[in-house]
Amino acid sequence: MMHSYPAVLRETWLLFAAVFGVLVLASAVTALLRWRVAGGRPHAVIDNLGARVSAWWWMIGVLGVAFVLGRTAIIVLFYLLSFFALREFVTITTTRRGDHRAIVAAFFVFLPLQYVLVYIGWYGLFSILIPVYAFLILPILSALSEETTRFLERCAGVQWAVMVCVFCVSHVPALLTLPIPGFEDRNLLLIAFLVIVVQGSDVLQYVWGKLCGRRKIAPLLSPSKTVEGFVGGVASATALGASLWWITPYGSPWKAGLIALVIALMGFLGGLVMSAIKRDRGIKDWGHMIQGHGGMLDRLDSVVFAAPVFFHITRYWWVP
Amino acid sequence: MWFSKLVARAIILFARLLTGMQARWNGCLPAAVQRVYFANHSSHGDFVLIWGCLPPDLRRLTRPVAGADYWNRSAVRRFIGRDVFNALLIDRSGGGHEGGATDPVALMKAAVLRGDSLILFPEGTRNTTDARLLPFKSGIYHLARVCGNVEFVPVWIDNLNRVMPKGEVVPVPLLCTVTFGKPLTLGAEEAKDDFLARCRAGLLALAPALE
Repeated sequence: MMHSYPAVLRETWLLFAAVFGVLVLASAVTALLRWRVAGGRPHAVIDNLGARVSAWWWMIGVLGVAFVLGRTAIIVLFYLLSFFALREFVTITTTRRGDHRAIVAAFFVFLPLQYVLVYIGWYGLFSILIPVYAFLILPILSALSEETTRFLERCAGVQWAVMVCVFCVSHVPALLTLPIPGFEDRNLLLIAFLVIVVQGSDVLQYVWGKLCGRRKIAPLLSPSKTVEGFVGGVASATALGASLWWITPYGSPWKAGLIALVIALMGFLGGLVMSAIKRDRGIKDWGHMIQGHGGMLDRLDSVVFAAPVFFHITRYWWVP
Repeated sequence: MWFSKLVARAIILFARLLTGMQARWNGCLPAAVQRVYFANHSSHGDFVLIWGCLPPDLRRLTRPVAGADYWNRSAVRRFIGRDVFNALLIDRSGGGHEGGATDPVALMKAAVLRGDSLILFPEGTRNTTDARLLPFKSGIYHLARVCGNVEFVPVWIDNLNRVMPKGEVVPVPLLCTVTFGKPLTLGAEEAKDDFLARCRAGLLALAPALE
Protein backbone atom coordinates (compact mmCIF):
# COMPACT_ATOMS: atom_id res chain seq x y z
CA MET A 1 0.00 0.00 0.00
CA MET A 2 2.90 2.30 0.66
CA HIS A 3 4.36 3.62 -2.53
CA SER A 4 6.58 6.57 -3.13
CA TYR A 5 5.90 9.03 -5.85
CA PRO A 6 8.73 8.84 -8.34
CA ALA A 7 8.51 12.39 -9.56
CA VAL A 8 6.35 15.43 -9.18
CA LEU A 9 3.69 15.28 -11.84
CA ARG A 10 3.58 17.73 -14.70
CA GLU A 11 0.01 18.62 -13.67
CA THR A 12 1.22 19.54 -10.18
CA TRP A 13 3.77 21.97 -11.58
CA LEU A 14 1.14 23.51 -13.84
CA LEU A 15 -1.31 23.92 -10.94
CA PHE A 16 1.27 25.54 -8.73
CA ALA A 17 2.36 27.82 -11.56
CA ALA A 18 -1.28 28.90 -11.97
CA VAL A 19 -1.79 29.40 -8.22
CA PHE A 20 1.48 31.34 -8.11
CA GLY A 21 0.16 33.56 -10.90
CA VAL A 22 -3.08 34.19 -8.98
CA LEU A 23 -1.11 35.12 -5.85
CA VAL A 24 1.09 37.53 -7.78
CA LEU A 25 -2.07 39.09 -9.19
CA ALA A 26 -3.64 39.28 -5.71
CA SER A 27 -0.53 40.92 -4.27
CA ALA A 28 -0.45 43.40 -7.16
CA VAL A 29 -4.14 44.28 -6.71
CA THR A 30 -3.61 44.73 -2.96
CA ALA A 31 -0.65 47.02 -3.57
CA LEU A 32 -2.70 49.01 -6.10
CA LEU A 33 -5.63 49.37 -3.67
CA ARG A 34 -3.23 50.46 -0.95
CA TRP A 35 -1.88 53.14 -3.23
CA ARG A 36 -5.05 54.35 -4.99
CA VAL A 37 -7.80 53.81 -2.38
CA ALA A 38 -6.05 53.88 0.99
CA GLY A 39 -3.41 56.39 -0.13
CA GLY A 40 -0.81 54.68 2.08
CA ARG A 41 -2.87 55.31 5.22
CA PRO A 42 -4.26 52.52 7.44
CA HIS A 43 -7.48 51.09 5.99
CA ALA A 44 -9.28 48.26 7.83
CA VAL A 45 -10.51 46.29 4.80
CA ILE A 46 -7.39 46.72 2.67
CA ASP A 47 -5.02 45.97 5.56
CA ASN A 48 -6.97 42.81 6.28
CA LEU A 49 -6.81 41.91 2.58
CA GLY A 50 -3.05 42.40 2.67
CA ALA A 51 -2.73 40.15 5.72
CA ARG A 52 -4.90 37.52 4.04
CA VAL A 53 -2.85 37.57 0.85
CA SER A 54 0.47 37.24 2.66
CA ALA A 55 -0.97 34.40 4.77
CA TRP A 56 -1.99 32.73 1.47
CA TRP A 57 1.61 32.93 0.26
CA TRP A 58 2.64 31.03 3.40
CA MET A 59 -0.13 28.45 3.17
CA ILE A 60 0.50 27.74 -0.52
CA GLY A 61 4.24 27.59 0.21
CA VAL A 62 3.80 25.00 2.98
CA LEU A 63 1.37 22.95 0.89
CA GLY A 64 3.73 23.15 -2.08
CA VAL A 65 6.68 21.85 -0.07
CA ALA A 66 4.53 18.97 1.22
CA PHE A 67 3.42 18.14 -2.36
CA VAL A 68 7.03 17.99 -3.53
CA LEU A 69 8.07 15.80 -0.58
CA GLY A 70 5.15 13.48 -1.27
CA ARG A 71 2.76 11.18 0.56
CA THR A 72 4.32 11.02 4.03
CA ALA A 73 4.80 14.79 4.21
CA ILE A 74 1.14 15.34 3.26
CA ILE A 75 -0.03 12.98 6.01
CA VAL A 76 2.24 14.67 8.59
CA LEU A 77 1.04 18.11 7.45
CA PHE A 78 -2.64 17.22 7.90
CA TYR A 79 -1.85 15.59 11.25
CA LEU A 80 -0.44 18.96 12.36
CA LEU A 81 -3.44 20.85 10.94
CA SER A 82 -5.73 18.50 12.90
CA PHE A 83 -3.67 19.08 16.03
CA PHE A 84 -3.91 22.87 15.79
CA ALA A 85 -7.61 22.72 14.91
CA LEU A 86 -8.34 20.39 17.83
CA ARG A 87 -6.43 22.70 20.17
CA GLU A 88 -8.66 25.59 19.07
CA PHE A 89 -11.88 23.57 19.31
CA VAL A 90 -11.27 22.06 22.76
CA THR A 91 -10.23 25.50 24.04
CA ILE A 92 -13.74 26.88 23.47
CA THR A 93 -15.52 23.67 24.55
CA THR A 94 -17.00 23.47 28.04
CA THR A 95 -14.94 20.91 29.89
CA ARG A 96 -14.17 20.32 33.54
CA ARG A 97 -11.30 18.79 35.42
CA GLY A 98 -12.94 15.37 35.10
CA ASP A 99 -12.56 15.46 31.31
CA HIS A 100 -8.79 15.75 31.45
CA ARG A 101 -8.12 12.09 30.62
CA ALA A 102 -10.64 12.11 27.78
CA ILE A 103 -8.87 15.14 26.30
CA VAL A 104 -5.48 13.44 26.76
CA ALA A 105 -6.86 10.42 24.86
CA ALA A 106 -8.25 12.66 22.11
CA PHE A 107 -4.90 14.40 21.54
CA PHE A 108 -2.46 11.58 22.16
CA VAL A 109 -4.35 8.40 21.21
CA PHE A 110 -7.16 9.02 18.74
CA LEU A 111 -5.51 11.85 16.79
CA PRO A 112 -2.22 10.00 16.03
CA LEU A 113 -3.99 6.66 15.57
CA GLN A 114 -6.32 8.09 12.95
CA TYR A 115 -3.34 9.30 10.91
CA VAL A 116 -1.49 5.99 11.37
CA LEU A 117 -4.57 4.33 9.84
CA VAL A 118 -4.38 6.76 6.92
CA TYR A 119 -0.69 5.94 6.54
CA ILE A 120 -1.16 2.17 6.49
CA GLY A 121 -4.37 2.50 4.47
CA TRP A 122 -6.64 0.51 6.84
CA TYR A 123 -9.93 1.94 5.59
CA GLY A 124 -12.24 -0.22 7.73
CA LEU A 125 -10.89 0.99 11.06
CA PHE A 126 -10.21 4.50 9.74
CA SER A 127 -13.90 5.02 9.06
CA ILE A 128 -15.15 3.88 12.49
CA LEU A 129 -12.32 4.74 14.91
CA ILE A 130 -13.77 8.11 15.91
CA PRO A 131 -17.51 7.75 15.19
CA VAL A 132 -17.60 4.45 17.14
CA TYR A 133 -14.60 3.89 19.39
CA ALA A 134 -13.83 7.47 20.43
CA PHE A 135 -17.59 7.95 20.86
CA LEU A 136 -17.65 5.10 23.38
CA ILE A 137 -14.31 5.48 25.11
CA LEU A 138 -14.11 9.27 25.67
CA PRO A 139 -17.31 9.45 27.76
CA ILE A 140 -16.18 6.37 29.71
CA LEU A 141 -13.00 8.23 30.68
CA SER A 142 -15.03 11.28 31.71
CA ALA A 143 -17.53 9.18 33.66
CA LEU A 144 -14.76 7.49 35.66
CA SER A 145 -13.88 10.89 37.12
CA GLU A 146 -17.34 10.89 38.74
CA GLU A 147 -17.83 14.54 37.89
CA THR A 148 -21.40 14.87 36.64
CA THR A 149 -21.93 18.63 36.23
CA ARG A 150 -23.02 19.29 32.60
CA PHE A 151 -21.86 15.79 31.70
CA LEU A 152 -23.79 15.37 28.45
CA GLU A 153 -22.75 18.80 27.19
CA ARG A 154 -19.09 18.11 27.98
CA CYS A 155 -19.05 14.71 26.27
CA ALA A 156 -20.89 16.06 23.23
CA GLY A 157 -18.41 18.92 22.96
CA VAL A 158 -15.35 16.68 23.06
CA GLN A 159 -16.89 14.26 20.56
CA TRP A 160 -17.71 17.14 18.20
CA ALA A 161 -14.15 18.37 18.54
CA VAL A 162 -12.61 15.06 17.43
CA MET A 163 -15.22 14.52 14.69
CA VAL A 164 -14.63 17.95 13.16
CA CYS A 165 -10.90 18.35 13.69
CA VAL A 166 -9.63 14.79 13.38
CA PHE A 167 -12.16 12.59 11.59
CA CYS A 168 -13.28 15.08 8.93
CA VAL A 169 -9.86 16.64 8.32
CA SER A 170 -8.22 13.20 7.98
CA HIS A 171 -10.38 12.56 4.91
CA VAL A 172 -8.14 14.93 2.96
CA PRO A 173 -4.93 12.82 3.21
CA ALA A 174 -7.08 9.66 3.07
CA LEU A 175 -7.70 10.55 -0.59
CA LEU A 176 -4.17 9.22 -1.16
CA THR A 177 -5.31 5.71 -0.22
CA LEU A 178 -8.04 5.39 -2.88
CA PRO A 179 -7.08 2.83 -5.53
CA ILE A 180 -8.59 4.35 -8.67
CA PRO A 181 -7.89 2.32 -11.83
CA GLY A 182 -5.84 4.30 -14.36
CA PHE A 183 -5.14 7.00 -11.74
CA GLU A 184 -2.29 5.29 -9.89
CA ASP A 185 0.35 7.60 -8.43
CA ARG A 186 -1.82 10.62 -9.21
CA ASN A 187 -3.94 10.77 -6.02
CA LEU A 188 -2.20 13.94 -4.86
CA LEU A 189 -4.14 15.67 -7.63
CA LEU A 190 -7.40 14.80 -5.80
CA ILE A 191 -6.14 16.80 -2.80
CA ALA A 192 -5.17 19.64 -5.13
CA PHE A 193 -8.66 19.59 -6.71
CA LEU A 194 -10.41 19.59 -3.31
CA VAL A 195 -8.27 22.36 -1.85
CA ILE A 196 -8.37 24.56 -4.96
CA VAL A 197 -12.15 24.26 -5.39
CA VAL A 198 -13.13 24.65 -1.71
CA GLN A 199 -10.62 27.34 -0.77
CA GLY A 200 -11.15 28.96 -4.18
CA SER A 201 -14.87 29.04 -3.41
CA ASP A 202 -14.16 30.83 -0.09
CA VAL A 203 -11.92 33.36 -1.81
CA LEU A 204 -14.35 33.90 -4.69
CA GLN A 205 -17.26 34.34 -2.27
CA TYR A 206 -15.18 36.98 -0.49
CA VAL A 207 -14.33 38.72 -3.78
CA TRP A 208 -17.91 38.64 -5.14
CA GLY A 209 -19.24 39.74 -1.75
CA LYS A 210 -16.87 42.70 -1.60
CA LEU A 211 -17.54 43.71 -5.22
CA CYS A 212 -21.34 43.45 -5.37
CA GLY A 213 -22.62 42.01 -2.08
CA ARG A 214 -25.84 43.67 -0.91
CA ARG A 215 -28.31 41.28 0.72
CA LYS A 216 -27.06 39.39 3.77
CA ILE A 217 -27.69 35.65 3.47
CA ALA A 218 -27.54 34.66 7.16
CA PRO A 219 -27.15 37.89 9.14
CA LEU A 220 -27.41 36.24 12.54
CA LEU A 221 -24.76 33.64 11.77
CA SER A 222 -22.27 35.44 9.61
CA PRO A 223 -22.74 39.17 9.01
CA SER A 224 -20.17 39.24 6.19
CA LYS A 225 -21.78 36.60 3.95
CA THR A 226 -24.08 37.87 1.19
CA VAL A 227 -26.42 36.29 -1.36
CA GLU A 228 -24.37 37.80 -4.20
CA GLY A 229 -21.13 36.48 -2.71
CA PHE A 230 -22.65 33.04 -2.23
CA VAL A 231 -24.10 32.73 -5.74
CA GLY A 232 -21.11 34.27 -7.51
CA GLY A 233 -18.59 32.35 -5.42
CA VAL A 234 -20.20 28.93 -5.72
CA ALA A 235 -20.91 29.41 -9.45
CA SER A 236 -17.35 30.45 -10.23
CA ALA A 237 -15.93 27.67 -8.01
CA THR A 238 -18.06 25.21 -10.00
CA ALA A 239 -16.65 26.61 -13.23
CA LEU A 240 -13.16 26.43 -11.77
CA GLY A 241 -13.71 22.77 -10.86
CA ALA A 242 -15.06 21.98 -14.33
CA SER A 243 -12.02 23.62 -15.92
CA LEU A 244 -9.78 21.34 -13.82
CA TRP A 245 -11.42 18.11 -15.08
CA TRP A 246 -8.13 17.08 -16.76
CA ILE A 247 -6.39 16.58 -13.39
CA THR A 248 -9.23 14.38 -12.03
CA PRO A 249 -10.30 10.79 -12.67
CA TYR A 250 -13.88 11.98 -13.38
CA GLY A 251 -13.47 11.96 -17.14
CA SER A 252 -15.53 14.99 -18.19
CA PRO A 253 -15.90 18.68 -17.35
CA TRP A 254 -19.56 18.38 -16.36
CA LYS A 255 -18.87 15.59 -13.83
CA ALA A 256 -15.92 17.50 -12.37
CA GLY A 257 -18.12 20.62 -12.27
CA LEU A 258 -20.97 18.80 -10.52
CA ILE A 259 -18.59 17.46 -7.88
CA ALA A 260 -17.11 20.95 -7.50
CA LEU A 261 -20.66 22.31 -6.99
CA VAL A 262 -21.35 19.76 -4.23
CA ILE A 263 -18.13 20.44 -2.33
CA ALA A 264 -18.44 24.22 -2.71
CA LEU A 265 -21.97 24.00 -1.25
CA MET A 266 -20.79 21.75 1.58
CA GLY A 267 -17.97 24.19 2.24
CA PHE A 268 -20.38 27.12 2.42
CA LEU A 269 -22.79 25.28 4.73
CA GLY A 270 -19.88 24.06 6.86
CA GLY A 271 -18.81 27.67 7.29
CA LEU A 272 -22.32 28.49 8.56
CA VAL A 273 -22.27 25.61 11.07
CA MET A 274 -18.86 26.63 12.38
CA SER A 275 -20.05 30.25 12.60
CA ALA A 276 -23.03 29.11 14.68
CA ILE A 277 -20.62 27.47 17.13
CA LYS A 278 -18.53 30.64 17.29
CA ARG A 279 -21.60 32.85 17.90
CA ASP A 280 -22.79 30.48 20.62
CA ARG A 281 -19.44 30.70 22.37
CA GLY A 282 -19.24 34.47 21.89
CA ILE A 283 -16.03 34.50 19.86
CA LYS A 284 -15.25 36.12 16.53
CA ASP A 285 -12.37 33.90 15.44
CA TRP A 286 -11.24 30.42 16.42
CA GLY A 287 -7.72 31.57 17.19
CA HIS A 288 -4.95 33.78 15.95
CA MET A 289 -2.59 31.43 14.10
CA ILE A 290 -3.13 32.77 10.59
CA GLN A 291 -2.82 36.51 10.21
CA GLY A 292 -5.88 38.15 8.65
CA HIS A 293 -7.87 34.92 8.71
CA GLY A 294 -8.04 34.14 12.44
CA GLY A 295 -7.41 30.60 13.62
CA MET A 296 -6.68 27.35 11.84
CA LEU A 297 -10.38 26.43 11.93
CA ASP A 298 -11.38 29.74 10.33
CA ARG A 299 -9.49 28.59 7.25
CA LEU A 300 -10.30 24.88 7.50
CA ASP A 301 -14.04 25.09 8.29
CA SER A 302 -15.19 24.67 4.71
CA VAL A 303 -12.69 21.85 4.01
CA VAL A 304 -13.92 20.03 7.13
CA PHE A 305 -17.43 19.68 5.72
CA ALA A 306 -16.43 19.12 2.10
CA ALA A 307 -13.69 16.50 2.56
CA PRO A 308 -15.72 13.47 3.73
CA VAL A 309 -18.37 14.04 1.05
CA PHE A 310 -15.72 14.45 -1.65
CA PHE A 311 -13.97 11.31 -0.39
CA HIS A 312 -17.15 9.20 -0.50
CA ILE A 313 -18.31 10.46 -3.90
CA THR A 314 -14.92 9.57 -5.35
CA ARG A 315 -14.74 6.24 -3.53
CA TYR A 316 -18.30 5.17 -4.39
CA TRP A 317 -18.21 5.93 -8.11
CA TRP A 318 -14.54 5.64 -9.09
CA VAL A 319 -13.12 2.86 -6.89
CA PRO A 320 -14.28 -0.56 -8.08
CA MET B 1 25.71 29.51 30.24
CA TRP B 2 24.80 28.18 26.80
CA PHE B 3 23.11 25.07 28.20
CA SER B 4 20.64 26.91 30.41
CA LYS B 5 19.81 29.26 27.51
CA LEU B 6 19.12 26.26 25.32
CA VAL B 7 16.88 24.72 27.98
CA ALA B 8 15.03 28.03 28.32
CA ARG B 9 14.41 28.10 24.57
CA ALA B 10 13.23 24.48 24.61
CA ILE B 11 10.82 25.13 27.49
CA ILE B 12 9.37 28.18 25.73
CA LEU B 13 9.01 26.28 22.45
CA PHE B 14 7.21 23.48 24.30
CA ALA B 15 4.94 26.00 26.06
CA ARG B 16 4.15 27.65 22.74
CA LEU B 17 3.22 24.33 21.12
CA LEU B 18 1.04 23.47 24.09
CA THR B 19 -0.69 26.81 24.67
CA GLY B 20 -0.21 29.05 21.65
CA MET B 21 0.88 31.59 24.29
CA GLN B 22 -0.71 34.77 22.98
CA ALA B 23 0.34 38.03 24.63
CA ARG B 24 -2.16 40.89 24.77
CA TRP B 25 -0.67 44.21 25.79
CA ASN B 26 -3.88 45.99 26.76
CA GLY B 27 -2.69 48.56 29.28
CA CYS B 28 1.00 48.99 28.52
CA LEU B 29 3.63 48.03 25.96
CA PRO B 30 6.57 45.66 26.31
CA ALA B 31 9.12 48.34 27.14
CA ALA B 32 12.45 48.37 28.96
CA VAL B 33 10.86 49.89 32.06
CA GLN B 34 11.48 48.43 35.49
CA ARG B 35 8.31 46.62 36.49
CA VAL B 36 6.76 44.19 38.90
CA TYR B 37 4.40 41.94 36.92
CA PHE B 38 1.79 40.45 39.25
CA ALA B 39 -0.45 37.63 38.06
CA ASN B 40 -3.06 35.07 39.03
CA HIS B 41 -1.52 31.74 39.97
CA SER B 42 -3.03 28.39 39.01
CA SER B 43 -0.13 26.36 37.65
CA HIS B 44 3.60 25.87 37.99
CA GLY B 45 3.87 26.97 34.37
CA ASP B 46 2.46 30.46 35.02
CA PHE B 47 5.76 32.30 35.10
CA VAL B 48 6.97 30.47 31.97
CA LEU B 49 4.05 31.97 30.05
CA ILE B 50 4.65 35.51 31.30
CA TRP B 51 8.40 35.20 30.80
CA GLY B 52 7.94 33.76 27.30
CA CYS B 53 5.57 36.58 26.32
CA LEU B 54 8.24 39.20 27.04
CA PRO B 55 10.65 40.20 24.26
CA PRO B 56 13.95 38.25 24.65
CA ASP B 57 15.96 41.28 25.78
CA LEU B 58 13.50 41.93 28.63
CA ARG B 59 13.50 38.29 29.75
CA ARG B 60 17.08 38.58 30.94
CA LEU B 61 16.11 41.47 33.21
CA THR B 62 12.95 39.86 34.57
CA ARG B 63 13.05 37.37 37.45
CA PRO B 64 10.14 35.23 38.63
CA VAL B 65 9.65 35.18 42.40
CA ALA B 66 9.04 31.59 43.46
CA GLY B 67 8.81 29.44 46.57
CA ALA B 68 12.16 28.06 47.70
CA ASP B 69 10.45 25.00 49.20
CA TYR B 70 9.28 23.89 45.73
CA TRP B 71 12.21 24.92 43.55
CA ASN B 72 14.95 23.64 45.87
CA ARG B 73 13.48 20.17 46.25
CA SER B 74 15.56 18.42 43.57
CA ALA B 75 18.62 19.07 41.43
CA VAL B 76 16.53 19.40 38.26
CA ARG B 77 14.17 21.94 39.84
CA ARG B 78 17.13 23.86 41.24
CA PHE B 79 18.70 23.98 37.78
CA ILE B 80 15.46 25.13 36.11
CA GLY B 81 14.61 27.63 38.84
CA ARG B 82 18.01 29.19 39.38
CA ASP B 83 19.98 28.72 36.16
CA VAL B 84 17.32 28.70 33.47
CA PHE B 85 14.87 31.27 34.77
CA ASN B 86 17.09 33.08 37.26
CA ALA B 87 14.25 32.86 39.78
CA LEU B 88 14.33 34.80 43.02
CA LEU B 89 13.63 32.06 45.56
CA ILE B 90 11.85 33.13 48.71
CA ASP B 91 10.99 31.38 51.94
CA ARG B 92 7.21 30.99 52.06
CA SER B 93 7.12 29.32 55.47
CA GLY B 94 7.04 32.69 57.23
CA GLY B 95 10.21 31.77 59.15
CA GLY B 96 12.24 34.66 57.78
CA HIS B 97 11.83 37.58 60.14
CA GLU B 98 11.24 41.07 58.89
CA GLY B 99 14.43 42.81 57.79
CA GLY B 100 16.46 39.62 58.11
CA ALA B 101 18.46 37.96 55.35
CA THR B 102 15.57 35.64 54.40
CA ASP B 103 12.76 38.20 54.63
CA PRO B 104 10.97 37.89 51.25
CA VAL B 105 10.27 41.62 50.92
CA ALA B 106 13.91 42.45 51.67
CA LEU B 107 15.05 39.96 49.00
CA MET B 108 12.65 41.40 46.42
CA LYS B 109 13.66 44.94 47.32
CA ALA B 110 17.33 44.08 46.88
CA ALA B 111 16.61 42.61 43.45
CA VAL B 112 14.64 45.70 42.41
CA LEU B 113 17.47 47.99 43.61
CA ARG B 114 19.84 45.99 41.39
CA GLY B 115 17.62 46.92 38.46
CA ASP B 116 15.71 43.66 38.00
CA SER B 117 12.04 43.44 37.07
CA LEU B 118 10.03 40.80 38.93
CA ILE B 119 7.18 38.38 38.27
CA LEU B 120 5.07 38.01 41.41
CA PHE B 121 2.06 35.91 42.39
CA PRO B 122 0.36 37.85 45.19
CA GLU B 123 -1.98 34.97 46.03
CA GLY B 124 1.11 33.24 47.39
CA THR B 125 0.05 29.76 46.33
CA ARG B 126 -1.67 28.04 43.44
CA ASN B 127 -5.40 28.64 43.27
CA THR B 128 -7.19 25.31 42.86
CA THR B 129 -10.58 26.58 44.03
CA ASP B 130 -13.49 27.79 41.90
CA ALA B 131 -12.90 31.36 43.09
CA ARG B 132 -11.23 33.60 40.53
CA LEU B 133 -8.56 34.81 42.95
CA LEU B 134 -7.45 33.90 46.45
CA PRO B 135 -6.93 36.75 48.95
CA PHE B 136 -3.71 38.65 48.24
CA LYS B 137 -0.73 38.43 50.62
CA SER B 138 0.52 41.79 51.77
CA GLY B 139 4.03 41.39 50.31
CA ILE B 140 3.16 43.32 47.17
CA TYR B 141 2.15 46.32 49.27
CA HIS B 142 5.35 46.27 51.33
CA LEU B 143 7.35 45.98 48.13
CA ALA B 144 5.48 48.94 46.60
CA ARG B 145 6.26 51.01 49.70
CA VAL B 146 10.00 50.53 49.38
CA CYS B 147 10.13 50.68 45.55
CA GLY B 148 7.93 53.69 44.88
CA ASN B 149 8.89 54.40 41.26
CA VAL B 150 8.44 50.87 39.93
CA GLU B 151 5.38 50.10 37.77
CA PHE B 152 3.13 47.33 39.09
CA VAL B 153 1.59 45.65 36.04
CA PRO B 154 -1.38 43.28 36.47
CA VAL B 155 -1.18 40.17 34.25
CA TRP B 156 -4.09 37.77 33.76
CA ILE B 157 -3.17 34.26 32.60
CA ASP B 158 -6.19 32.55 31.10
CA ASN B 159 -6.82 28.83 30.63
CA LEU B 160 -3.51 27.42 31.88
CA ASN B 161 -5.33 25.73 34.77
CA ARG B 162 -7.10 23.53 32.19
CA VAL B 163 -3.83 22.54 30.49
CA MET B 164 -2.66 20.57 33.50
CA PRO B 165 -5.03 20.36 36.47
CA LYS B 166 -3.50 19.57 39.85
CA GLY B 167 -2.76 15.88 40.24
CA GLU B 168 -2.52 15.09 36.51
CA VAL B 169 0.77 14.20 34.84
CA VAL B 170 0.08 14.66 31.12
CA PRO B 171 -0.65 18.22 29.94
CA VAL B 172 -3.16 18.82 27.14
CA PRO B 173 -2.77 21.44 24.42
CA LEU B 174 -5.19 24.35 24.87
CA LEU B 175 -4.84 27.97 23.81
CA CYS B 176 -3.85 30.34 26.62
CA THR B 177 -3.74 34.12 26.64
CA VAL B 178 -1.60 36.40 28.78
CA THR B 179 -3.14 39.86 29.18
CA PHE B 180 -1.01 42.75 30.46
CA GLY B 181 -3.04 45.55 32.05
CA LYS B 182 -2.57 49.16 33.04
CA PRO B 183 0.36 49.76 35.43
CA LEU B 184 -0.39 50.79 39.02
CA THR B 185 1.72 52.71 41.52
CA LEU B 186 1.21 53.15 45.25
CA GLY B 187 -0.42 56.46 46.16
CA ALA B 188 1.37 58.73 48.63
CA GLU B 189 -1.11 58.18 51.47
CA GLU B 190 -2.65 54.93 50.25
CA ALA B 191 -3.42 52.35 52.95
CA LYS B 192 -2.44 48.71 52.62
CA ASP B 193 -5.95 47.38 52.14
CA ASP B 194 -6.78 50.04 49.56
CA PHE B 195 -3.71 49.23 47.50
CA LEU B 196 -4.33 45.49 47.68
CA ALA B 197 -7.97 46.02 46.66
CA ARG B 198 -6.86 48.20 43.73
CA CYS B 199 -4.33 45.56 42.58
CA ARG B 200 -6.97 42.89 42.83
CA ALA B 201 -9.51 44.92 40.86
CA GLY B 202 -6.88 45.76 38.23
CA LEU B 203 -6.17 42.06 37.77
CA LEU B 204 -9.82 40.96 37.72
CA ALA B 205 -10.61 43.63 35.13
CA LEU B 206 -8.43 41.65 32.69
CA ALA B 207 -10.19 38.32 33.26
CA PRO B 208 -12.71 37.27 30.59
CA ALA B 209 -16.36 37.37 31.58
CA LEU B 210 -17.67 34.21 33.23
CA GLU B 211 -20.17 32.07 31.34
